[in-house]
Amino acid sequence: MSLKRALAATTALNLCAAVVPAAAQDSSITIATVNNGDMIRMQGYTDQFTAETGIGVEWVTLEENILRQRVTTDITTRGGQFDIMTIGMYETPIWGANGWLIPLDDLSAEYDVDDLLPAMAGGLSHDGTLYAAPFYGESSMIMYRTDLMEKAGLEMPDDPTWEFVRDAAIAMTDRDNDVYGICLRGKAGWGENMAFLTAMSNAFGARWFDENWRPQLDSDAWSETLNFYLDLMEEAGPPGASSNGFNENLSLFQQGKCGMWIDATVAASFVTNPDDSAVADSVGFALAPNTGKGRNSNWLWAWALAIPAGTNQQAEAKQFIEWATSKDYIELVAENEGWANVPPGARTSLYENPDYQAVPFADMTLKSILSADPLNPTVEPVPYVGIQFAAIPEFAGIATQVGQEISAALAGRQSAEEALSKAQALTEEEMEAAGY
Amino acid sequence: MATQQSRSAARLMMAPAVVLLLGWMLIPLTMTLWFSFRRYLPLRGGDLGWTGFDNYVRFFTSSAFWPSVQTTLILVGGVLVITVVLGILLALLLDQPMWGQGAVRVLVIAPFFVMPTVSALVWKNMFMDPVNGLFSHLWRAVGAEPVAFLSDVPLGSLIVIISWQWLPFATLILLTAVQSLDNEQMEAAEMDGASVLSRFRHLVLPHLSRAITIVILIQTIFLLSIFAEIFVTTGGAFDTRTLTYLIYQRVLESQNVGLGSAGGVYAIILANIVAIFLMRIVGKNLDR
Amino acid sequence: MARAVTPKQKAINTGLAWTIGLLIFFPILWTILTSFKTEAEAIASPPVFLNFSWTLENYAIVQERSDYLRFLWNSVIIAGGSTILGVIIAVPAAWSMAFVPSRRTKDILLWMLSTKMLPAVGVLYPIYLIFIQLGLLDSRIGLVVILMLINLPIIVWMLYTYFREIPGEILEAARMDGAGLREEILYVLTPMAVPGIASTVLLSFILAWNEAFWTLNLTAANAAPLTAFIASYSSPEGLFYAKLSAASTMAIAPILILGWFSQKQLVRGLTFGAVK
Repeated sequence: MSLKRALAATTALNLCAAVVPAAAQDSSITIATVNNGDMIRMQGYTDQFTAETGIGVEWVTLEENILRQRVTTDITTRGGQFDIMTIGMYETPIWGANGWLIPLDDLSAEYDVDDLLPAMAGGLSHDGTLYAAPFYGESSMIMYRTDLMEKAGLEMPDDPTWEFVRDAAIAMTDRDNDVYGICLRGKAGWGENMAFLTAMSNAFGARWFDENWRPQLDSDAWSETLNFYLDLMEEAGPPGASSNGFNENLSLFQQGKCGMWIDATVAASFVTNPDDSAVADSVGFALAPNTGKGRNSNWLWAWALAIPAGTNQQAEAKQFIEWATSKDYIELVAENEGWANVPPGARTSLYENPDYQAVPFADMTLKSILSADPLNPTVEPVPYVGIQFAAIPEFAGIATQVGQEISAALAGRQSAEEALSKAQALTEEEMEAAGY
Repeated sequence: MATQQSRSAARLMMAPAVVLLLGWMLIPLTMTLWFSFRRYLPLRGGDLGWTGFDNYVRFFTSSAFWPSVQTTLILVGGVLVITVVLGILLALLLDQPMWGQGAVRVLVIAPFFVMPTVSALVWKNMFMDPVNGLFSHLWRAVGAEPVAFLSDVPLGSLIVIISWQWLPFATLILLTAVQSLDNEQMEAAEMDGASVLSRFRHLVLPHLSRAITIVILIQTIFLLSIFAEIFVTTGGAFDTRTLTYLIYQRVLESQNVGLGSAGGVYAIILANIVAIFLMRIVGKNLDR
Repeated sequence: MARAVTPKQKAINTGLAWTIGLLIFFPILWTILTSFKTEAEAIASPPVFLNFSWTLENYAIVQERSDYLRFLWNSVIIAGGSTILGVIIAVPAAWSMAFVPSRRTKDILLWMLSTKMLPAVGVLYPIYLIFIQLGLLDSRIGLVVILMLINLPIIVWMLYTYFREIPGEILEAARMDGAGLREEILYVLTPMAVPGIASTVLLSFILAWNEAFWTLNLTAANAAPLTAFIASYSSPEGLFYAKLSAASTMAIAPILILGWFSQKQLVRGLTFGAVK
C-alpha cells in the first residue's frame, strides 16, 4: 500500500541526503573552538580570511568542558575531525610530547615568531618546539572597584598581601545592598576553582606533589590556603559562591556586586567595557596577592591554536593560524573595535605599542604575565611544569574531583580538613592507578 | 492460528530488529569487556596491556563507588516517587470536568518536548541562580535570604528539574488510564458511602496499577542513564555523582578507559539487577 | 470517569488545573519572554514580566553567530531518518510478536528494553573507534543509525502494544478470503495500525530530537544538530541569559509546535498500551 511505499521513498531520500557530505568544499578547514568572546569575534572576521586566501572555514564552537571532551576524544583516537583545535597550555605539551600535534617550527618570517611573549611560547612548547600558537594569553590579577575602595577608606597597593585583601574585602562588603567584598571562583573543575586555588596555594608555599610525585594535599600549607579561602568567602563572598566560575563572577562584577575579583587578566577588557559593564569607569587593577613568601597568586594560561597530526589540510590550517595569531589580526580588531578589545597577552610588540599602552589594564596584565614562572611555580621544588596545573595527563581528572571536594567545603557541606583528607586520598588513588 | 509456516515467517520478520539490537548490545559490550581488562590510558599512548581484574578491584574499592550507587538510587527513586504521586493527582484533576481541558493538557505536556540540556540550563541559570535567578528574586521579595539551590540542596534540586521533565509523561499515561475507569462502579461505591480515600484505595489505585508499572519501567530505563542534567548543573559535585557520571569522570576526565570500562560493566550489572526486579513486577502486571 | 458536577465545582476544577498547568509551563514561558529582553533586562531586579522593551536583537545575534537553519536541517534529517528507519525495522518485528506470540516473546521484549540501560559514556570510545573505521564520524547517516538503535526498543514495544489490540478475528477473516501474508500486512493490518504507527513516529522523533550525548560527541561541522547549537551558548563570557533564552527557544520551538499540533496522537502514543 501507499503508506509503506511512501515511507520507503522518504527513507531513501533521507539516506541519500545523509550520505552526500554537506558542503564538501575542497579547501575548507574545520576549527574546534571555545565560546569565549575573543573567539566569537574572530569568527566574525573569518570572511576576510576566506576572501584573502580562498580557504573556507567551518566553525565548531562549544562550551569549554564539552570542547575539551570532544577534542580529547578525537585526538587520542586519531579521529581526524578537526584541522585546527583550540587548546590550552595544559594540553599542548602533553599532546606535543605524544606526537599528536604538528610542530609549528616553519612559520613564515613575517609572522615573527620571536615576537611571541617568551612565557607564552615556552608554555606552548615541548622540548623547545612550538606546538600551538597563542591566540590570547592571560595571567590573573585583582580587579577592584576604585569607588568602593575609596568609600572603605583604603588604598590598594600595586602588590598587595592576602591580609590586606581580606581586610579590604570585609570593609567593602555591604550585604544589604548586594555588594560583596570579594568574588572568587568556587565552581568545581580543574580549570575553574582549582586553577584559582592552585595559584593561590603557591603564594602560601603549597604544592601538589613533592619531588617523588607524592601528593601533598595533606600538608599544612594547603590547609592554611584552604582555610584562608573559606574564611574569606564566608565573611565577604557572594551567596552560592560554590557554583560561581569565571562567567558567573564576571557577570556579578559587571553588575556592580563585587568589590574585588581575582581572575583572568582578559576579564579586564570586559569589565571596563561600558556596553556590558555597569562599573566600567571605576575599575582598578593590582597584582594577585602574595603572603610574603616570594610568589604571587597569579597563573599563566593561553588559548592557542594547534594542528592535529593526520589532518590532510595542514598547509591551509597553518595559513589560518598565521592569520589569526598575527600582528595584522590584532590591528584589524583594533581598527574596528578599539585597542581595548584586541586579543591580549600573546605578543611583545602589542605591549610596546603606545596605542595599547594607553589602555588602562595593559600594564598590569603584562606585569602579571611576566611575574609568572611555570617552571618554578611555588616556593619548594616540584617535579611538574605549570602554575595552576601540573602538566601530566592525570591532572585534569584528579583536580576536578579535588575541586568538587573543595567546592563542597565552600558550600558548607564539609570542613576544610575533611575536604583535604578526601582530596589527598583520591589523588593517591588516581596516581596509583596511573602507575606512579 | 499460528501455523508452522507463519511461525517461521514471524521469526524472519523479527530477525532484523533482533539482530540489530543484538549487534548494538554485543559489539560495544564485548569491547567494553575487553577494555576493562586492559590498562588503557589514551593520553599515555593508548592500550598498555593486560591488567587482569585490577580495574574492577580499583573501581569497586574506590571511595567514590558506593556513594555513587546510592546517589543513583536516590535520584531514580526520588524522581519516580514525585512523578508517580503528582502524576496521579494531576491525572485525577485533569479528568474532572472543566473549561479549557485541551489547553491545560497542552501546558502540562510541554516540558516533555524540551531538550534535557536546555531545561537544565534554564533551571540552573534563570531559576536557581542565587543572585540573578527568579527564585532568589522571589525569596528577597518576601524578605528571605536567597538559597543557593544547586549547592545547598543539590540532589533535591536535580530531582526537581528531572521530575519537571518527566511529570508530563507520567501524567499523560495515568490520565489515559483514569479516563477508562468504570463510572458506574465509582458511583455505586459513592452511594454505598465509601469515602473519597477508600474509593481511591480500592477502586482507582488497582485500576491504575498497570499504568503505574509502565511509568516506572520506562522512566527507570531513562533515569538510570541521566547525564546531561548533572553535567550542566553540578558537574557531579556535592554528592550528585551517579554511577553513570562516575564512569564519565573515569573515561573522559581522568582519561582512564580501562577503569571506566570496568565501571561500565558494574553499571550494566546494576541495571540488570534493577531490570530483573522490574521484570518481576512488570511481567506480572503486563499480563493482566 | 468524568461525571456531571455543579458549576461551582467545575469552576474550582478549572481554576486549580489552570494554575497548575501554568506553573508547569512557566519555565518555558519565562525562557521565551527572556529571549525578547535585553541582557540587562534579563537580570533586572525585581524581574520584569511583560513591561520591557521587546527586542529581536538576541535572535539576530544568535543567527549571525551560527547558521540556525543548518543545525535545524540536521536535526530534522537525523531525527526523521532514525525514526523512519526504526519504524520500518520495528513493524515486522512487532507484528510477529503480537500475532505469532511464543513463550519467548515477552522475554525478547524486555531484553530489548534492557539494551537501553547500557551507559552511553561507557561505550563512547568503542563506538568512536568503530565510527572512525567506518568513516562515519560527523555524518548524518552514522547518527541516524545510532539513534535508530537507541530508540528501536521503545518503537518495537509501542507498536507491539498497538498491534496486540487489533482483534485476531479480522486477520482470520482476511485469510479465509485468501489473503497472503503480504496482503494481510499491507491491506488489513497497516490501515488499522496507522494511528498507532503515527504516535510511535512522533514519540521516536521527539526522543531522537532531544538526544544530546551521541549527537554532540559524534559530530563536528557537517552533521551537528540543534543540541550542538545549544552547546555554544551554554555558558559564554559575560551576560548571556537573553541570548541563551533565544537560542533555547530556537532549539525547542520546532518540536514544541509539532508536539502541540499532534498532541492527540502523542497522548495516545504515550499510553504504551496502558489502557485496554
